Amino acid sequence: MTFVSDAPKENFRLGMLIYDTRYRSLTIQVVVLVLFLLFLSWLVNNTIANLEAKDRTFDFGFLLNRAGYDINQRLVDYTNDSSHLRAGFIGLLNTLLAALVGCTIATVLGVFIGVLRLSKNWLVSRLMTVYVEVFRNVPVLLWILLAATILSETAPQPKDFRSTPEMEAAGEAPKASMLFGIIAVTNRGTVIPEPKFCLGREREACHTESLQPGSPEGGLGVIDLGIFKVSLNLLALLAVFGGSIFVNRRLVRQANATQEATGERPVIWWKSLAILTVPSMILLWVLGLHWVVPELKGFNFVGGINVAHSFTALTLALALYTAAFIAEIVRAGIQAISRGQSEAAAALGLRPGRTMNLVILPQALRVIIPPLISQYLNLTKNTSLAIAVSYMDLRGTLGGVTLNQTGKELECMLLMMGIYLTISLIISALMNMFNRAVRLKER
Amino acid sequence: MKKSVFLGTLSAAALLAGVAGAGTLEDVKARGVLNCGSNVGLTGFGAPDANGEYQGFDVALCKAVAAAVLGDASKVKFVPLTGETRFTALASSEVDLLVRNSTWTFSRDVDLKFDVVATNYYDGQGFMVKKDLGVSSAKELDGATVCIQTGTTTELNLADFFKANNMTYTPVNVADDSEGQRQYLAGACDTYTTDASGLAASRATMPDADNHIILPEIISKEPLGPMVRHGDNVWGDVVRWTFFALIAAEEYGVNKANIEEVATTTTNPEIKRLLGTEGDLGAMLGLDKDWAKRAIAVSGNYGEIFEANIGSATPIKLARGLNALWTQGGLQYAPPFR
Amino acid sequence: MTNFTPFVRSEMIDPREPPSGQQGLVRWARENLFSSPANSVLTVLGGLAILWLLMGIVPWLMHSVWNAASLSECNAIIAQTWGPDATGACWAMVRERWHQYTYGFYPMDQYWRPNLAFVLMLVALAPVLFLSLPRKMMLFSLSFPFIAYWLLWGGTIWAPIVVALGFGVMALVFRFASPKLGVPVGAGVGLLAAAAWWLLVQTPLSTALHSAIPLGLREVDSDQFGGFLLSIVIGITAISASLPLGILLALGRQSDMLLVKSLSVGFIEFIRGVPLITLLFTASLLLQYFLPPETNFDIILRVIILVTLFAAAYIAEVIRGGLAALPRGQYEAADALGLDYWQAQRLIIMPQALKISIPGIVSSFIGLFKDTTLVAFVGLMDPLKGITAVVRADINWKGIYWEPYIFAGAIFFLICFGMSRYSMWLERKLKTDHR
Repeated sequence: MTFVSDAPKENFRLGMLIYDTRYRSLTIQVVVLVLFLLFLSWLVNNTIANLEAKDRTFDFGFLLNRAGYDINQRLVDYTNDSSHLRAGFIGLLNTLLAALVGCTIATVLGVFIGVLRLSKNWLVSRLMTVYVEVFRNVPVLLWILLAATILSETAPQPKDFRSTPEMEAAGEAPKASMLFGIIAVTNRGTVIPEPKFCLGREREACHTESLQPGSPEGGLGVIDLGIFKVSLNLLALLAVFGGSIFVNRRLVRQANATQEATGERPVIWWKSLAILTVPSMILLWVLGLHWVVPELKGFNFVGGINVAHSFTALTLALALYTAAFIAEIVRAGIQAISRGQSEAAAALGLRPGRTMNLVILPQALRVIIPPLISQYLNLTKNTSLAIAVSYMDLRGTLGGVTLNQTGKELECMLLMMGIYLTISLIISALMNMFNRAVRLKER
Repeated sequence: MKKSVFLGTLSAAALLAGVAGAGTLEDVKARGVLNCGSNVGLTGFGAPDANGEYQGFDVALCKAVAAAVLGDASKVKFVPLTGETRFTALASSEVDLLVRNSTWTFSRDVDLKFDVVATNYYDGQGFMVKKDLGVSSAKELDGATVCIQTGTTTELNLADFFKANNMTYTPVNVADDSEGQRQYLAGACDTYTTDASGLAASRATMPDADNHIILPEIISKEPLGPMVRHGDNVWGDVVRWTFFALIAAEEYGVNKANIEEVATTTTNPEIKRLLGTEGDLGAMLGLDKDWAKRAIAVSGNYGEIFEANIGSATPIKLARGLNALWTQGGLQYAPPFR
Repeated sequence: MTNFTPFVRSEMIDPREPPSGQQGLVRWARENLFSSPANSVLTVLGGLAILWLLMGIVPWLMHSVWNAASLSECNAIIAQTWGPDATGACWAMVRERWHQYTYGFYPMDQYWRPNLAFVLMLVALAPVLFLSLPRKMMLFSLSFPFIAYWLLWGGTIWAPIVVALGFGVMALVFRFASPKLGVPVGAGVGLLAAAAWWLLVQTPLSTALHSAIPLGLREVDSDQFGGFLLSIVIGITAISASLPLGILLALGRQSDMLLVKSLSVGFIEFIRGVPLITLLFTASLLLQYFLPPETNFDIILRVIILVTLFAAAYIAEVIRGGLAALPRGQYEAADALGLDYWQAQRLIIMPQALKISIPGIVSSFIGLFKDTTLVAFVGLMDPLKGITAVVRADINWKGIYWEPYIFAGAIFFLICFGMSRYSMWLERKLKTDHR
């Protein structure tokens, strides 16, 4: 006769730490922790020993010293008398600007190309396939270098825009002309119009003054926050536009309620349009918005904002490169939606436009968004390739000139990696939140 | 395939070569190879040729040091360094000697703790403009767009110069010399500024060299020289006196062709001491008697090196200028070998 | 009786020709190019774009010069042959410097070594990439790293052999220890034994063997590596070395042990959160601070280590995807069979997960291979920027811009395009396996 009995209670033995699965994971974790701490202390120890051997210190005090170098593109005030810290801050803003502009262009282009690749038009779909394959199979560094070379080699010189009296007499046009009459693409950079505000001043005087470099913005002026200046005009505009959006949302909600109740949707698009645009327009008119169009004076264009080619080349190349990946993501996302979905929508009597909006896109987005996040992250990290065209981004200032001039490689590198890591984590957190919002709620 | 990760660590262990002793000189002798930090590519000063052999003005000094210390000018390993990595490589003993047209400045000497043992090229920062810009002086460059290499001392000099003269400028940052030349030629900047030697080298290779002028103002002093680590004076002495041997050789008319002959026939006691036929200067340095003779025999004396790499016979066509011997109105001057 | 002749067609008439607009090229064009007004506009725009590109590029390519000693000579030939305003490509540079783009500064009389290593690499990769080949070839794949190391870097043949023996020691110890001690502890003991072998036995044994039977190749320093040789060495080493590391990290990330999991997640997120270029600068600027004073090794090796860590984080995520794609039932089935964790991983989970992950691994490799160009920023001679800088420093080729980029870019395109096609083929094949 056999009895089923409980396993005999064993007393704890040291060997059980290894052999008994109940304790083994604990053992492993303790060993891993000890090894990890040993490794860390080994690193720290080495660092201290090395710093001593080199007679260096580890402190961030140098960040407050005078930087002494100039940065050709900056979003907030900076001169060569500013500190290294501020130079790093300028670099960070430049990195973020390149990432933001790059992501926007890449998304628009990528969606466009991804959709066109599925087009029934033989030529266009082949063309887009070639685009995608060529761009994603060549290092992005090459695209950046090529973009920079093409921009500065093929764009006209500022003097080519000039129309001299002799040329007018001969009936010749200048060799180059401005894009849409407002944007000048020269081989030194792209000059775009700059908004200025002429509130309470005479138009002519205001215009002449705003051609001077560094002239104030006008209008409501700016408030100095110490770190950077905030334009009150921009704040006012944002406030008014935010209000418009709020009102518009209420309008849409009302329309929805009416539709629920009566089954008829009131026509509101022109009301929406008016609510969204008119108040902002009025505000801009009151402030006296005045676009300063670049003018050729002397050897260069004056007025307007000069966008350095290093920036244009970097963002354009990154956007074109990333667009190829985004196009593939978009194509895969659309193809992932089975035909049955659109057939079902058609059976329900939805028009093609609404089928796209209500059935295909929400489902496709669910497939598209996660890989899109990682493409945005990649693009942001790739902005560090600014080194190839000497665009002064975070690596160019903090990890480049500052590091080189002060010789504080440990401090600069750690700070820079920390900042990049923070940016990446913030982007992925934000996008994950968005991802969670668009995800279909599964049962 | 998987296991090659361990191969990596292993070869890492195998390559943990730098169990350095007290002095670089002993290290170099023990290793049998001189690690010389050089430029990735700067025309005339240091760049590999089609066969992968490094050639240039700075390179010749490395070879001379290798010949003096190791007896063989080919026992040099050239480590290409960028503007960012050069000082770290020297500080971390990755290279024994940095000859990469680096400027001798207070902070590099005192704060970064390097010794510039001599100045092998006296340079200064200049401006190049196109003739049709109608500018004849750097003081007329107010409002100009300036092409400038990032991460160099020239960047700081430029800021200082424009500030001192109360002028403004727009910098166009470029990554390296060839990029700067391209931007300038394309007209992306009104003027290109870098060391005058670099400007001359660039101008020499331009198809329309006559349409470009180098402005008379030299806005900074750029003493370029071989750098070693602070605190290793024995090694510093070796590099310094190898360089001075090249200068002295030019002064005494000792060159690559006649060195053997001079060594046997000369009656000048200083030349005798230099070439090791008299005295024991080599032993004081921790080298043998013929060290200087070997160094000079590699590519000749200072003048010969200059002429062969960047002088008037080369496409770069640099004049000796400040780098002429002190006897000919220049600054190159070797202390006595005694 | 009426004469009744039924009308029965005894032969069919040939179908009529379709209208001219519905046949041949015209029909194809109507269906594929001009099916709607919008499509017609797109076609015209596309055609114009192609035309514009061709107008720009074709004359330039037509005016190619292959025989010249310098850029100015090239320009002179172009001006002489096609008129003073003509522009043209100067491929003479490629003709003179192609070997530097391919091998860097590798000694010219030793070119057969990288060539042989490359061919052997293809052989070694074949069983990994094509699952239908005999599994015995994997043995060669496993020994390939040692052969390649010896071929490329040279030196005595005994060094890699004794290193490989160390792995043998590790496997032996592991085999005997793991049944008693469990897989993790067994692996640890095996690693310790191998480390002891490498540290204590390695040097004396290989020296002794070498003095007994001197068999070796000329040594080549790693600073002589450059061009595509460097890119391939860094890419292949990093990706293959990162595979085991990536598998461990992926398992760690899925582990129930909190500490192991958080360390894995922390490592992966850190590496994925910073740009590769900062890691390369770490290799060149910071590693000297983190290692014991006075240690110093090769920048290429430092770069390979950092790139390996970088690749491992990405591979870990790819494999995690593969693990997640396995149905839960597989894990439960393994449990039901009474397999322990490592047995289940080895026999059931990993073979399937890895198979699913191969396309992802290949695309990681493509990405990594393209990213090897970034090593130029720490002074290494990559084909795109490093070698090009060297070429441009030559006074003969100063001022050459388009040709080097196009040349290097075209080769990158061929390699990466080929690999991505392979990956797509594999993906299709794996898909049918699973349906």
